[in-house]
Amino acid sequence: MNIEAIKAIYTVEMRRTRKTLMQSIASPVISTCLYFVVFGSAIGSRIESVGGVSYGAFIVPGLMMLSLLTQSISNASFGIFFPKFTGTVYEILSAPVSFVEVIVGYVGAAATKSLIIGTIILITASFFVDLRIAHPFWMLAFLIMTCIAFSLFGFIIGLWADNFEKLQVIPLLVITPLVFLGGTFYSIDMLPPLWQKISLFNPLLYLISGFRWSFYEVADVNVGISLMMTAGFLVTCLGVVWYMFRTGYKLKQ
Amino acid sequence: MTATPSERVNQPIVQVRGLSKTYANGHQALKNIELDIFEGEILALLGPNGAGKTTLISTICGLVNASGGTVLVGGHDHVKQYRQSRELIGLVPQELALGAFELVEDAVTLSRGLFGKPKRPEFISELLEKLSLGDKAKSPVNRLSGGMKRRVLIAKALAHEPRVLFLDEPTAGVDVELRKDMWKVIDELRNDGVTIILTTHYIEEAEAIADRVGIISAGEILVIDDKKSLMEKLGKKQLMIELREPALTVPSSLDAYQLGLSDEGRVLTYTYDVRAERTGITQLLNDVQAAGLALKDINTSESSLEDIFVNIVKADS
Repeated sequence: MNIEAIKAIYTVEMRRTRKTLMQSIASPVISTCLYFVVFGSAIGSRIESVGGVSYGAFIVPGLMMLSLLTQSISNASFGIFFPKFTGTVYEILSAPVSFVEVIVGYVGAAATKSLIIGTIILITASFFVDLRIAHPFWMLAFLIMTCIAFSLFGFIIGLWADNFEKLQVIPLLVITPLVFLGGTFYSIDMLPPLWQKISLFNPLLYLISGFRWSFYEVADVNVGISLMMTAGFLVTCLGVVWYMFRTGYKLKQ
Repeated sequence: MTATPSERVNQPIVQVRGLSKTYANGHQALKNIELDIFEGEILALLGPNGAGKTTLISTICGLVNASGGTVLVGGHDHVKQYRQSRELIGLVPQELALGAFELVEDAVTLSRGLFGKPKRPEFISELLEKLSLGDKAKSPVNRLSGGMKRRVLIAKALAHEPRVLFLDEPTAGVDVELRKDMWKVIDELRNDGVTIILTTHYIEEAEAIADRVGIISAGEILVIDDKKSLMEKLGKKQLMIELREPALTVPSSLDAYQLGLSDEGRVLTYTYDVRAERTGITQLLNDVQAAGLALKDINTSESSLEDIFVNIVKADS
């Protein structure tokens, strides 16, 4: 195991985070505050509680998920896309590192950053609403698994993308709508029956639901299924990354 | 073929056997390459654009998957024992590929880490100093000139103390001053004991700094030899005889020498093979005198590597 290489990649990626502190950390905090002002205070004050939880508190797990997913994907995809774009990826390919080490370095850094952002959002939210976390262990488990799974997913996008447009298309056109439609701001109980059924096909619904359960024990779907879906997504991403590296997909000719 | 001193002393540090590469589009970039690289030498791989030089280096360094054949670096298979083999190698790519905003010392430190070596800031400083980058350690790489960026790439390639350094066209598109500068750097590296393989399409570069020269064209190594013996082996020498009085024609008694007449009949040119047992010069001079031509001066010139290169590549196509 080339520990030094993992440390080197991780350090460089985390340094990038520190250098772009404003966009990395401040922007999710600001956008979360905006969501609280608009949905939590302005609109939320007219909505009665959802499943016994005040609307402002109800949306916290969803908001965290929204940031975690988009940030994990964008950080990890950019992390590996940029070396491909500038050509510096030659060094990783010629170094005595295994694919596992490369992934641990890049995905580890992206997931760490997402965890930091998630924590900051949680702290920010606690200033606006009365938070309680019923199952801290499961909250952390969902949080960490989601960060890793979606950082892996971002890494896959970064490997696959050969231009900036491709890099953006999945986060913008797939992930963001799915998060919004996956019950970030509502419980699917509030939807007409047909849309409730359609929502069940949205994989992100399960993540958000499970995460919210760990806070308030309120869930759209069974928490066991949520857990399985999250773990399943993690394993799928691992499999895809393993395949990509084994074949040198878009990295080696 | 006479062995160079390094060949006699050392086993090859890089052994390439039957290496071939066919790209997905069907282009066969390498055809059954056989190559030995000896410790401590400077080997220049000379060839026109598209000859396969970069593919060869990239395959040895792990950027390109080979279609067939093996590469051993320090006795380690470059695929099965990629960790051991790659630790011995440093690569300076052709493109000035550097992250935009990172500092020089950070870029070099990253390279050392990637190759599994624990941090040694004092070694990095020394290395930067040696490459005249000492005062640039804290500069962002995108502020450096092209020549300085190339040096940063060399520093990165040397950061893990490799034994073999591959330089892919280190002086492509670089002015004369910088090129000479780079040659000096390469020479100093060799003095430090680093084995150097460089690709170039500048003949004068190979001639100036290499110990051995391999000529590569259309994916094949056409010839590889000690630079001097390559020139001897393939080199023609010309003897120019300047005459006191211009001759209108070459006297028929000298037909056998196939002499050329130039400079309005003032210069006779005799081309001979330096390898030949008898160059025929003595006889020629006697015969020239016998033909009644008075000599003013004589001089000889050797064919350059360029002539050799052009001849070989032409003969091959």
